[in-house]
Amino acid sequence: MSHALAFIETSASGEVRNTAAMLIAAASKLGTPVAVVVAAPGTGDALIAELGELGAAQVYVAETDQFGSVLVAPQLAALEAASAALQPSAIVLAHSIDGREIAGRLAVRLRTGLLVDVVDVRADGDVVVATHSVFGGAYTVEATVPGAGPAIVTVRQGAIDARAETASPTLTTQSITVDPASAAVIDEVHDAVVATDRPELRGATRVVSGGRGLGSQANFALVEQLADALGAAVGASRAAVDAGYVPQTSQVGQTGITVSPQLYVALGISGAIQHRAGMQTAKTIVAINKDADAPIFDIADFGIVGDVFTVVPQLIEALGKRE
Amino acid sequence: MKIIVLVKQVPDTWGERTLDTATGRLDRSASDAVIDEIDERALEVALQYKDGQDAEVVALSMGPSTVTEVLRKSLAMGADSALHVRDDALLGSDLSRTAAVLAAAITKSGFDLVIAGNEATDGRGGVIPAMIAEHLGVPSMTYLDTVEFAPGSISGVRGDEHGTVSVHASLPAVISVTEASAEARFPNFKGIMKAKKKPLDVWTLADLGLDDSGFAPSTVVTSTTERPARTAGKKIVDEGNAGNELAEFLAAGRLI
Ligand SMILES: Cc1cc2nc3c(=O)[nH]c(=O)nc-3n(C[C@H](O)[C@H](O)[C@H](O)COP(=O)(O)OP(=O)(O)OC[C@H]3O[C@@H](n4cnc5c(N)ncnc54)[C@H](O)[C@@H]3O)c2cc1C
Ligand SMILES: Cc1cc2nc3c(=O)[nH]c(=O)nc-3n(C[C@H](O)[C@H](O)[C@H](O)COP(=O)(O)OP(=O)(O)OC[C@H]3O[C@@H](n4cnc5c(N)ncnc54)[C@H](O)[C@@H]3O)c2cc1C
Repeated sequence: MSHALAFIETSASGEVRNTAAMLIAAASKLGTPVAVVVAAPGTGDALIAELGELGAAQVYVAETDQFGSVLVAPQLAALEAASAALQPSAIVLAHSIDGREIAGRLAVRLRTGLLVDVVDVRADGDVVVATHSVFGGAYTVEATVPGAGPAIVTVRQGAIDARAETASPTLTTQSITVDPASAAVIDEVHDAVVATDRPELRGATRVVSGGRGLGSQANFALVEQLADALGAAVGASRAAVDAGYVPQTSQVGQTGITVSPQLYVALGISGAIQHRAGMQTAKTIVAINKDADAPIFDIADFGIVGDVFTVVPQLIEALGKRE
Repeated sequence: MKIIVLVKQVPDTWGERTLDTATGRLDRSASDAVIDEIDERALEVALQYKDGQDAEVVALSMGPSTVTEVLRKSLAMGADSALHVRDDALLGSDLSRTAAVLAAAITKSGFDLVIAGNEATDGRGGVIPAMIAEHLGVPSMTYLDTVEFAPGSISGVRGDEHGTVSVHASLPAVISVTEASAEARFPNFKGIMKAKKKPLDVWTLADLGLDDSGFAPSTVVTSTTERPARTAGKKIVDEGNAGNELAEFLAAGRLI
């Protein structure tokens, strides 16, 4: 069986990002999974146990003192070197901000095709087949990369639930340097410190989102309270983001995150087509809006025409009583 | 400073957007075609710089003949000239072809800075700017929320899933900007009149020295299926008990 590379993202301090499990699982469906990771000199060994736990058969560590100071170029060089050494049939990355930039450049550098934002992968003989979910899930499209080079695939974060079996990986360490003049330089990293206990929006099984109908940043706390009562992630409409109630990273929709949870609760959201594009594949949709004609009701399994400030507190209380 | 702004024509997100289930391609006849909102913001970033400094702003688009409207709008907003890459052989181009063609046009035109949208609202790949930078052999900084210009370099704040990073790169470079970057200006009457006299050149693949095959690897769509539309379920009007009813609905569906 040929190799399939999974590119593992890390934080500035070297911790493995939570997309790793999904990516190694995706790679294991396409070949022998090799985790490729960039690390500061001497820190790579520490990652082996964790990546083996997630199913990597081999760990390819590219060590460089440019880790954390040069944007994406070391990661690109690492994948280029691993690809030359292992001749993989596929290279799988997260469809994250960094993942996209690395994948795009790598596809041009290796002169191979690119399949982006896929929600599943499978091998059909030697051919990598990727599934896309398009226009908010209105269409499912399958696509392949014919030809010799490895298929480069970016996987939507949280889209693949399967996990690979634990392995005891072999280790390859390679040292790399890139020409900093041809890359962007990182001046400062501000990793968000506000780590909450709430589930992450991407891949969440329950999401409670709030819109302009909440009226203020202070009132938006109601959305968070319901989210906590349901153990859900917090989302928002673009209008709520533009009004400053929540950061852009919470935006659901066309130009925000696409979610596909078991339960999606929309509070004070009208249901503009661009918002629906990010949530309409949810299993069950609940909407509370005081306008009976709001378009969100067209796709809601349970709609309440009412005021969020009276319905939601009652719901939270009822949920509390059931526990 | 010569800034090339990439503008894409896309189906209006306010309409129903459809794929041709036989080819997996966008059915462009099914909805109104407009300039992508994100590319108006990219153009705005360039125009704000030009408002205060000496700069030449060129709008570049690849697409069918209707793209002229998008370029006219860019000129009316304030771009100095426009370039349209148009060739029947480009119909249904994938990411690799699109990036190769745009990069060839940028090279032919010459540039100090390329500004693109972070991701198009139709394809949503979010990779074209990085691919172009690789073709051009220059630094890229994608997904910038803010952009600062300095002599010979460009800097900004790039938001990712975990926080933000401050980054800079020397020129020439390629950047892409997010929704947070700028609110686009509206073209005024004077701008619209002036736009009619500004140059709008059309280039074919032959003009770019590319033949219609083999210059880029390819992807192939093998199947396209449409999901049945969602329908409305139960809708109640709150008469004082809706919160409790919703709790029951959630419990019945094992959602709590
Ligand atoms: C290119 C493009 C991309 C876009 N991308 C996105 C995107 O990614 N995500 C997104 O969400 N939008 C996006 N939009 C914006 C979208 O068109 C809408 O403007 C936006 O979704 C509206 O947000 P909203 O529903 O919160 O606000 P509104 O449409 O203003 O709706 C507020 C709702 O709250 C209700 N309400 C008010 N008070 C109460 C109350 N007390 N109780 C109950 N209900 C109440 C009102 O009846 C109303 O229906 C995009 C637009 C464009 C053009
Ligand atoms: C639903 C869907 C899924 C697709 N999936 C794939 C895939 O997996 N692999 C693949 O190879 N192709 C794919 N394609 C084709 C691909 O989207 C097109 O090649 C498209 O022209 C460029 O990609 P994008 O819209 O995703 O660009 P993005 O990378 O999202 O665009 C970012 C920015 O680049 C600039 N830009 C992009 N295209 C142009 C243009 N024509 N003219 C001027 N500026 C431009 C704009 O500034 C834009 O804001 C897909 C198309 C669709 C509709």
